[in-house]
Amino acid sequence: MQVSRDKLLEAYRSMKTIREFEERVAKEFATGDLPGFVHLYAGEEASAVGVCSHLVKSDQIISTHRGHGHCIAKGCEVGPMMLELFGRKGGLCGGKGGSMHVADLSQGMMGANAIVGGGPPLACGAAMTAKIKKTGGVAVTFTGDGGSNQGTTLESMNLASVMQLPVIFVFENNGFAESTAANWSVAGGDIVRRAEAFAMPGVQVDGTDFFAVHEAAGEAIDRARKGGGPSLIEVTLTRFYGHHQGDNQSYRTPDEVRNARESRCPLVNFRRRVTEASLLDAAELDAIDREILDQMDVATAAARAAPWPDAAEVLTDVYVTY
Amino acid sequence: MARKLSMRQAINEAMHQEMERDESVIVMGEDIMGGLGVDWLEGDAWGGTQGTTKGLGPRFGRDRVIDTPISESAFIGAAIGASTTGMRAIVELMYVDFLGVCFDQIFNQAAKFRYMFGGKAECPVVVRTQIGGGFSAAAQHSQCLYPIFTHIPGLKCVIPSNAYDAKGLLIEAIRDNSPVIFFEHKKLYDAETEVPEESYTLPFGEAGILREGGDVTIVALARMAHMAMEAAETLAAEGIECEVIDPRTTSPMDEDTILESVENTGRLVVVDESYPRCSMGADISSMVAEKAFDSLKAPIRKVAPPHTPVPFSPPLEAAYLPDAARIADAVRAVARHGS
Amino acid sequence: MTGERITAITMPKWGMTESDGKLVAWLVKEGESVSAMDEVVEMETTKITGAIEAPEGGTVRRLVAKPGDVVPIGGLLAVMAGEDVPQAEIDAFVDAFEAPESKSGGGEGAGDVTVIEAGGHSLRVRSLGEGEATPIVLIHGFGGDLDAWLFNQEALAADRQVHAIELPGHGQSSKSVGDGGPDALGAAVSAAIDALGLERVVLIGQSMGGALALDLALARPGLAAGVVLVAGAGLGEEIDGAFLEAFGSADRRKEMKAALQSLFADPALVNRNVVEGALRNRRLEGAAEALEAIREAWFPGGRQAHALAGRLGEIKAPILALWGVEDRIIPAAHAKAVEGRGEIALIEGVGHMVQMEAAGEVNRHILAFVAGLEA
Repeated sequence: MQVSRDKLLEAYRSMKTIREFEERVAKEFATGDLPGFVHLYAGEEASAVGVCSHLVKSDQIISTHRGHGHCIAKGCEVGPMMLELFGRKGGLCGGKGGSMHVADLSQGMMGANAIVGGGPPLACGAAMTAKIKKTGGVAVTFTGDGGSNQGTTLESMNLASVMQLPVIFVFENNGFAESTAANWSVAGGDIVRRAEAFAMPGVQVDGTDFFAVHEAAGEAIDRARKGGGPSLIEVTLTRFYGHHQGDNQSYRTPDEVRNARESRCPLVNFRRRVTEASLLDAAELDAIDREILDQMDVATAAARAAPWPDAAEVLTDVYVTY
Repeated sequence: MARKLSMRQAINEAMHQEMERDESVIVMGEDIMGGLGVDWLEGDAWGGTQGTTKGLGPRFGRDRVIDTPISESAFIGAAIGASTTGMRAIVELMYVDFLGVCFDQIFNQAAKFRYMFGGKAECPVVVRTQIGGGFSAAAQHSQCLYPIFTHIPGLKCVIPSNAYDAKGLLIEAIRDNSPVIFFEHKKLYDAETEVPEESYTLPFGEAGILREGGDVTIVALARMAHMAMEAAETLAAEGIECEVIDPRTTSPMDEDTILESVENTGRLVVVDESYPRCSMGADISSMVAEKAFDSLKAPIRKVAPPHTPVPFSPPLEAAYLPDAARIADAVRAVARHGS
Repeated sequence: MTGERITAITMPKWGMTESDGKLVAWLVKEGESVSAMDEVVEMETTKITGAIEAPEGGTVRRLVAKPGDVVPIGGLLAVMAGEDVPQAEIDAFVDAFEAPESKSGGGEGAGDVTVIEAGGHSLRVRSLGEGEATPIVLIHGFGGDLDAWLFNQEALAADRQVHAIELPGHGQSSKSVGDGGPDALGAAVSAAIDALGLERVVLIGQSMGGALALDLALARPGLAAGVVLVAGAGLGEEIDGAFLEAFGSADRRKEMKAALQSLFADPALVNRNVVEGALRNRRLEGAAEALEAIREAWFPGGRQAHALAGRLGEIKAPILALWGVEDRIIPAAHAKAVEGRGEIALIEGVGHMVQMEAAGEVNRHILAFVAGLEA
C-alpha cells in the first residue's frame, strides 16, 4: 500500500507526539504532582497511528485504560489532555475523567475505558449507528490481550459477525495483562485464531512496523466501509513501561525493556525505513521532534499553572436534565 | 380520545408513536420480533416474550427493530454505543434478573459517560425490563432489583403502576437525553386503564397521588400500589383514611409529595416488593426520618418480602410477597400507635 | 323524590360521567332549618368537590350518610320534613327508601361525547337533551374543556338540545389552532355548529368562550337567538396575564393546582381529580403549544387584544352577562359594558368559574333568560 509523503509526515508526527506525551507524563508522574495513576502507551504507537490514519473524524474509536495514544492518534488535542491528566480546569473532560477516561466525542473518540472488555459492545453500537444511517462509517475497538478473554469481547465479536457490523477489533497484544503473561492466559495461543470461530477475517501483524499495521488496517476498514462486516487484527508489540507507573515489573527480565527500546521501537523502525527509502529526510523528522518537545513543555507548564475545577463542578454533568 | 388499554398495549403504542415520530428511535433485544433465522417465517413470530414489541418489526423493518443473539452485554452495550452516536435505542433486558450478565455496560458505561467525559456525551438509551413476582418464576425471574439501579448516579429509574402512566412515562423516557431504566411489572401487563390515543408525556420526579387521606401515608410502587389501594379500601371501612402515593420514578424521586403527605398524616407505611435491605423502602423511610421527623406520630413501618430469594412453590411465594392484608396490618399498627 | 310531607336529599348525577360521590362534610345539623337552595352537604366526585343545595325549605330531620361514605347516584343523603312529621314516619321513609339502579354515565367518553369533523378540526362535543326549544351551544374558556359545564349542561337540557363544544387545542380536541386568534377559533366553532345541523341557538360562552359567542353573534346574526356571557372576555383590557402564563404552561401537579385555584373563590373546590384531569389534557402532544399560540394571539403582554365592548350595539340578540364578584382573572367591572344592552347578574362569593362555583344560581339565570327569549 502506497503512503503519500504528507501521510507519512502526519503519521510520524502523531507517533512522536504520543511518545513524547508519554515520556513527559512518566516524568511528571514521578514528581508526585499528577493525581491517580497512569498507564503508558510508549512502544505501541504504530498500532494506534497505523489504524487511525485510515479514519475520518466521524468514524468512532473506543480505547482502553491505556488510552492516551489512541486519543492523540484520533485527533484529541495534547494541551487539554495534559490538563485532564493533571485534573485541572479546562481539561478535556473538565477534570472529571482523568487519564483512564479521556474522551472527545467531537473527534470520534468515545473514550479511554477503564473496564477491560468494556469497549467492544459499545463499538458494535457505534457501528450499528453507521450501518442504520448508511454513513459508510466504521468503529474500531482497541483491546488488549487481557481484554481478548473477556466475555463481552467474545459476545461482541459474535454480535458483530451475526449483524455484519462495520467494526474492527484491534487486539494490541503486548504480552502481559497487568502482570500475567498472554502466553498463559490466552487459550489457543494467538488471538488472531479466534477470528475464524466468528467467521470474520483476521490477521496478525508486527506492531513495531507502522507499514504492516497500516496495510492490515486499511484492508479491514475498507471492507467494513463497503458492507463486508467485521475484521480482527492482532497487533503484537511491547510496552516500554509497566502496567501502570510504579509497577516494579518484577515479572520481566531486567534486559527485556532495554532491549525492546532498542530493537522493537516503532519510531526507530519508522525513521530507518523512510530515510533509507528516501521517502522523508532526517532533518525534517528532527524538526518535528523539536516542535513536539516544545509542545510538551508548553502543555505541561500550562497544566501546572491551571486552576483546579470549582467544587460546584462535582454536581454538574450527571444527567442532561434531572 | 381515551379508551381502555392494557399496560402491554400502552407500552406497545408508546413505542409505535415514538418510532413514527423520530426515525432515530430503534428497538432491540432478544425475540423482539422472534423467529429470526427461520427462512419461511414472515412478520413477527413473537413480538417480544410479552408481546410488547408486536407489530413494530412489520411496521418499521429490521433495520430499526433488531433481534439479537442472547448476549446481553454485547447488545445492551451496542444499544448504549448506538445511543451515544446518534440513535435513540430502546433495548429490552428480558428480565431484570439478567442484569448480572450485562451490568457493566449499564452502570459503568451508560451511567458514567456524561460525567466522566465532562458533560460532552449524551446517551439517550432506554432499557426496558420486566420485574416482579407472582408467577412462580422462582429466584432468577422474579426479582425487582430497581434499588440497585436507583443507587447509580447517571441512571433514571421509572416504575409505572398502570397503563396510563406507562405510556406517558415511556414516551418521556424515549425523549429523555439520559439513560433511563424502565421497569415493567409482569403482573400489571393486563391491567387496563383509560389511555389517550394521542401521544403524551408524564414528567419524571412527580409522584402520583392515587388516593387522598389524612390518617396514614402509604408509599408503594408498581404492583404494590394496587395492593396498597386494596388495603386502603378495607381500612376506609374501618375509619382509617390512607393517602396512597406512587412515586412512579425512583430516580429522580419526588421527595416533596411524600414529605408533604407525611407532614399531614404523621404516619408512614412504605411498601416495597424489592428485598428489604438497601431497598426503596429503606431509602424512603430514611429520607422521611431525616426530613420530617418532627411530623411523625408513629414509627415508620416497612412492608417488604423477607431477606430471601424469591421462592418457587405457590404457597411459598404467596408467603413471600407483600399483600393487601399485610399492608392493612401495618397501617393499623401505625394508626393505633400512641393511642 | 319529594313526598307529600317528606323530602329526600339524594346524590345528584353530577357531570354525566360519575356513578357516585363521596360525602366530604355536612354543612347543616339535624334539626336545623334551611331555605331552598341553601347548601347542605359537600360531596366529592372524581371531577370536583361541590355542594348540594336543599331542594326546598324545611327542617333537616335526618342525616343518613356519614362523611367518608360513598353514595351512588340517587342514593339517600338526608331527609327533610316539617317539624310536625313524627319520627316514626321519618324512620319508615328511610327504611323504605330504595336507591334507583345506577345511573352511571358509563365512563369517560361514553354515549354523549362524540368527535365531529369541522373546519379541519376533530372536535369533541358533548350533546345532551332533546326537544323543540331553541338549542344551546356552550363554549368554554382558555385552557378549559367540556368539563367546564359539568354542573350546567344537564340542568339546561330538560327540554332542548345542549351541545358543549371543545375548542381546538383544548381538552381532547385536535391540537392545530392556526394562529390561535379569534378568527381561527371562531371559524372552528361556527363550523362545529353547522356540522351539528343547528340553525338558531343560544350561545353561552365562558371567559374567552364569551368573546367567541359575541364574535359569532356579530358574524352570523341569524344564528344567535341570545348570548350569555359567563365572565366573558372581550369587554375590557384587563386580564390576569400572570395567571394565563402560569396556567398555560403548567405541566406539574403543584403548578396546575395553584393555577386552577385562582379560578375559584374557594380554592378547596379544586381537588386532586380536577387537577389530574386538567393535567391529562395538558400533557397531550401539541396542547401546550396550542395554548401558547392562543395566549399570544388573544392576550399579548397580559392584556386582552380582542375588544368587543364597542360593538355590542351591533348585536341584535339579547345578552345576559353573569359574573362572579370575586373573579381574579377578568374583573367583574367588565360587566358594565353590557349595561343598557342586556341583563347583568353579579354573583357574590364566587370567582371566575361562576358556572361551576355557583352552578345552581347560574343555571337559574340562564333558564330564566332562555325562557324570556322564547316567551
